[in-house]
Amino acid sequence: MSTTATTEPKPAAPAIEKIKVKVDGREIEVPKLMPDWTGKLTPTTMIQACELAKTDVPHYCYHPKLPIAGNCRMCLVEFGTPALGPDRKPVLNPDGSAKIAKSPRPAIACATPISPGMEIYNNTPAVKQMREGVLEFLLINHPLDCPICDQAGECKLQEYSVDYGQSASRFVEAKVHKPKAVDLGPRIMLDDERCILCTRCVRFTRDIAGDDKLGIVNRGSYNTIAAYPGTQFDNNYTLNTVDICPVGALTSKDFRFQMRVWFLKETKSLCNSCGTGCNVLVSSREEKMYRYTPRENDAVNGPWMCDAGRLNYKWVHSENRLKDVLKRAVGQGTQVKTTWLTAISEISDLLKRTPVGSVAIIASAKQTNEELYLLAKLKTKLGAVSDSVEHTGAADRLLVSADKNPNTNGARLNGICFTEIGSNLPQIAQGIASGKIKTLVVFGEDVTTQGIGPDLLAKLDTLIVSDILSTPTTQLAHYVLPGAAHVEKRGSFTNTKGRVQKFMKAIEAPGDARPEWEFLHDLVLNVTGLNGYVTIEGLFNQMAAEVPGFAGLTWAGLGDTGVTVTI
Amino acid sequence: MPQEYKLILKHADEPGYTPDIDCYLRHGGYEGLKKALAIQPKDLPDGKKMSPQEQIREDVKVSGLRGRGGAGFSCGLKWSFVDRRSGKPIYLICNADESEPGTFKDRQIMHKDPHQLIEGMIISCFANDVHLAYIYIRGEMPEGAKILIKALAEARAKNFLGKNILGTGYDLEMYVHRGAGAYICGEETGLIESLEGKRPYPRIKPPYFPAVLGLWMCPTIVNNVETLCNVKHIVEMGGANFAKLGTPNNTGTRIVSLSGQVKRPGYYEIEVGKATLGELINDPKFGGGLRDGRKLKAIIPGGSSSKVLKAGEKFKLKKKDAEGREVLVETDMLDLPYDFDSLAQAGTMSGSSAIIVMDDSVDIVETLANLSEFYAHESCGQCTPCREGALWMNKALQRMAHGQGRAGDADYLVKIADNIPGGRTICAFGEACSWPVQSFVGKFKDEFVAKGVADEARRAKEVAAPGEIKQLAGAH
Repeated sequence: MSTTATTEPKPAAPAIEKIKVKVDGREIEVPKLMPDWTGKLTPTTMIQACELAKTDVPHYCYHPKLPIAGNCRMCLVEFGTPALGPDRKPVLNPDGSAKIAKSPRPAIACATPISPGMEIYNNTPAVKQMREGVLEFLLINHPLDCPICDQAGECKLQEYSVDYGQSASRFVEAKVHKPKAVDLGPRIMLDDERCILCTRCVRFTRDIAGDDKLGIVNRGSYNTIAAYPGTQFDNNYTLNTVDICPVGALTSKDFRFQMRVWFLKETKSLCNSCGTGCNVLVSSREEKMYRYTPRENDAVNGPWMCDAGRLNYKWVHSENRLKDVLKRAVGQGTQVKTTWLTAISEISDLLKRTPVGSVAIIASAKQTNEELYLLAKLKTKLGAVSDSVEHTGAADRLLVSADKNPNTNGARLNGICFTEIGSNLPQIAQGIASGKIKTLVVFGEDVTTQGIGPDLLAKLDTLIVSDILSTPTTQLAHYVLPGAAHVEKRGSFTNTKGRVQKFMKAIEAPGDARPEWEFLHDLVLNVTGLNGYVTIEGLFNQMAAEVPGFAGLTWAGLGDTGVTVTI
Repeated sequence: MPQEYKLILKHADEPGYTPDIDCYLRHGGYEGLKKALAIQPKDLPDGKKMSPQEQIREDVKVSGLRGRGGAGFSCGLKWSFVDRRSGKPIYLICNADESEPGTFKDRQIMHKDPHQLIEGMIISCFANDVHLAYIYIRGEMPEGAKILIKALAEARAKNFLGKNILGTGYDLEMYVHRGAGAYICGEETGLIESLEGKRPYPRIKPPYFPAVLGLWMCPTIVNNVETLCNVKHIVEMGGANFAKLGTPNNTGTRIVSLSGQVKRPGYYEIEVGKATLGELINDPKFGGGLRDGRKLKAIIPGGSSSKVLKAGEKFKLKKKDAEGREVLVETDMLDLPYDFDSLAQAGTMSGSSAIIVMDDSVDIVETLANLSEFYAHESCGQCTPCREGALWMNKALQRMAHGQGRAGDADYLVKIADNIPGGRTICAFGEACSWPVQSFVGKFKDEFVAKGVADEARRAKEVAAPGEIKQLAGAH
C-alpha cells in the first residue's frame, strides 16, 4: 500500500496547441482540441471556447456529456474568420490587424469548431433576435403551466425567458395538444406538452445507459417523445433523464408535486449505497430530505447516478430510527432510556476494566473514515480483534459497484478489516462461544445475520451497539448508542478506487441521536487518554498524519470532489 | 424561336419505346458505359498519369453540369469534395425522392427509361471508385421502384452490374431502397439517415458533410436522377460539347415540369436558359398560354418552395453589352431566361425546374394556405424554428382561408416566417417553408390585408347581431 496521496492520475497528454480566438471582442487563447462527450480530443467548439471565455451561450439540447444534436437552435451565434485575399493570404486592415470576413449565416456554437483568428459574436442584436425567435417558437405550444410544474425554479425556459422572452404572446392559434401524465416507466412521468424535443433523454438512454428505449414518434410539431411501443422505460439510470431534461417534461414520480425547488436547501454529499461513492446534492427542507441529485465529478460518476442509489434515502426518516440512548442492566430484559453522559462514562469504565484480548469490535464499512480511525484507536488500546461485514450485490458496467459498503477501503486503511472483509467474524463468534471474548462492540451492523446469533450474544458480559435503525442486535444490547445517518453528519468515505471524498451535513439527527465520531471521541479520550480533535477537520487531518494510507491529505485539500489514494 | 431539346428524353416518348434493356440496347444503350470503361490512363505533360476515373471527373467539371435536384450546385465540384484518402468505402446514392410539389421530371425518366439512369449511375460510380450504390426512391412511387428493380436485374444479367463488369475487373452492386413517404428524405443527409434505417432527421453540417461523413459515416455522393443521367451524355459527347448546350454557367438541358393554369401542362426538355419563362408558358410548343380570357397572376418558378414571381414584376439582370461590360438590364419576369443564374438574380430560384402557373382566378391566400399545409405536414420536427414555425404559419393561413382573418395577419405571418430561414435551421427546409410565405405575403400584401379587413368587418357585424357569438377559429 503506497503512502502517497495523489490527485486523480492524468495520462501524460502531449501539449495541446493553443489558438487565439475572440469572443465578443475579447481575445483568448484556447486549446485547439478539447474532450468531446466521450472524453476524446476533438476540435474545440465555439461553445467550449465561449465557456473558457466565461461567456454564457444559452442552450437546451447541448450537454457536454452527450453526443451533439444541434436541434434546439438556441446557441446560434454570429462569427467571422480572417479574410483571405486571392493569394490565400490574410487581408489586413489599415492598422495592420487581420480583416475579418463576417459569415452571412449564423452557426450553432455547440457543433461548430473554432479556427485561428475566429471572432465569435455572442451578443449582437441579430443573435439576440434569433434567440428570441427560437424561444418564442418553443413557447407557442408550451402549456405555460409553471405554477403546477415541478421544474419551475430550475427550468431553462424560465431562465432564458428572462433574457430572450417576450412579455406577451402574439400566438392566437390553437395549441398542439399532446399526451399528459404519460407513465413512461416505473420512476418517470412524462408531460409531452412541456417537452421541447431536445432529445437529451433519447441520447442519454441510448448512448450512456445503453438502453435504446426512447424515441420520437409522429412528425413536425406533433413530434412526441415515447418509449418503444408496449415497453416501459425502466433501466437503473432513468432518473438521470429527469435531471438533464431542461424543462418540466420528464419528472420523477418520487419527487413530483412534493416540494417547490426554491424552498430546498442543497448540501454537497455522497451516495452511500455502494462503493462507487457518487457525488450528490441532498435537497432538504426543515430537516426533511426530498431528493438526491447527482453532483458532477468526472473522477467518479460524471454527471450521473443510478436510480437505486438516488431513491435510497427514505430510510433516514424511518419510524424505526433509534432516537434514545438505551441501557439494559445485566440480567434484565428491558432496555431503559438513559443519557449520553451516563452511558459514555459507564462504557468507558467498563472498557478500561476489561482484560486485554477480551473485546471484539465489529464496525460497519458504512461508518466514516474518521469513525473507523477512532474505533481503531480503541482496538489498539484494548488489544481487540476487529472486522467489518461484507455486503455485496449486482454490479453494472456504468456506476454500480458490487460492494454495497461505501467505505470498505476506509475500513481497510484504518485496519478495522483486512483485504478479505469479514474473515475474522468466525474467529469472533468462536471467541464468544469459548468465553474468551466477553465484550462486543458493534457499530452499524446486525451481527445476528452474520453467524453471531442471540444465543452467542447472550453469553457476553457486555454488548455495546451503535446503530441508526433498530435491529435484532440493538434489541439485545446492554448499551444502545443512537447514531447519525451520513446526511446528518460530516465525514469522509474512501471508495472502491481509493477516492477519498467528504460529505457535508444536510439535516439534523432526530432525538438524542449523535454523529458517531463525536461520542467516539469522548470514549477514546476516556479509555486511552488520547485527546484528539473535536472537529471533523482536525480529526481528519490527525488521521491523515497517523494512518499511512491517508498520508498527505487534508480535509480542506479534499475539496468538493475528493482526492485519490493508492489502494 | 425556343425549341425543345431532347437529350435525356430523346427516346422516352417515342412510340414503341419500352423500359426494358433490349429496347435500350437497340437505341445505343450502355455505349457510354463501354466508352467510359475503355478509357486509358492519360500521360500528363508533367510526367504524371491521369487515371480513367480522374479523366471522367475532369470531364464532368468541364461540362459545367449543375445539380438538377434543386440547389444547382456544380456536380464536378461536389465530386471533388469526396474524401478519397480515408480508406473507407465510397458510396453513391441516387436521390430519386422527387417530392417537391410541382415536380414530375425524374418520374418520367425512371418510368420510361430506367436504364439511362442506371447507366449514368454506373459511370458515376466507376468515376468515383464506388462499389455499392443505392437508388433511394420516393415511397409514393411504387411503380417506379418495380421498374427500377426489374431494370437492375436485367443490367445484372448482362453484366453491366455485379462482379467484373464487362471483363474490366470493376465490381459494382446497386440496390433500390424505397422511402416511407416523407418529403424530408429528399434532403441528402435526411435521406442518408433514412437509408440507415432511422428517422430522416437531416444531419448537422459541420461535421456531417456527406462527402466526408455520409452513409455509415463513409464518404458519400448524393446526386439527383436527372444529374446522373447527364453524366452518361457527358461521357458520350464529351464535357466540352456538353458545355456548348445551354448558356454559359448554365450548361446542358433541363426537364421543366410545367403545371397550373396553362393549356398544355407537362414536361418539356430545353437547353438551360434558351427559353424564357414567358415562352415556356405561352409558346404553343410548350404551355400554349393561359386559358382563354384569363390573365397571368403569378408564377412559382422552381418548385413550391421557390419564391413566387408576380405578373408584371421587373428585375435588373446583369448582362454583358457589346463591349463586354457588365450592365444592368431591366427585364420583365416573363422575359427571364429559364436558367439557374437569372432566376437567382430575380431573387428566386429554378430549384427543381417546376413551374406552377397561376391565373387571375386563383385566390392567393388559399394558395399559400395549401402550400403551407404541405410544409407543416412535412417538417420533420427536428429543429425548433421549422418544427414550430411551419405549423404556426399553416394554422394562421388556414384560419385566414376559413374566414377568420385579421387585418394584421399579413405582418404576423411575415414576422413568423422571418424567424425561420437564413441558417437558423439544420437543413434548407427552413427556407423551403418560409420563402413562399415571405414572397406571397410580400408581393400580394394587399390581398392578405383586404381579406383580413373584410373578415374583421363581417365578424363585427355578426357579433353585433343578436344570437350566436363566434370566436376566432381555434383561438384559446
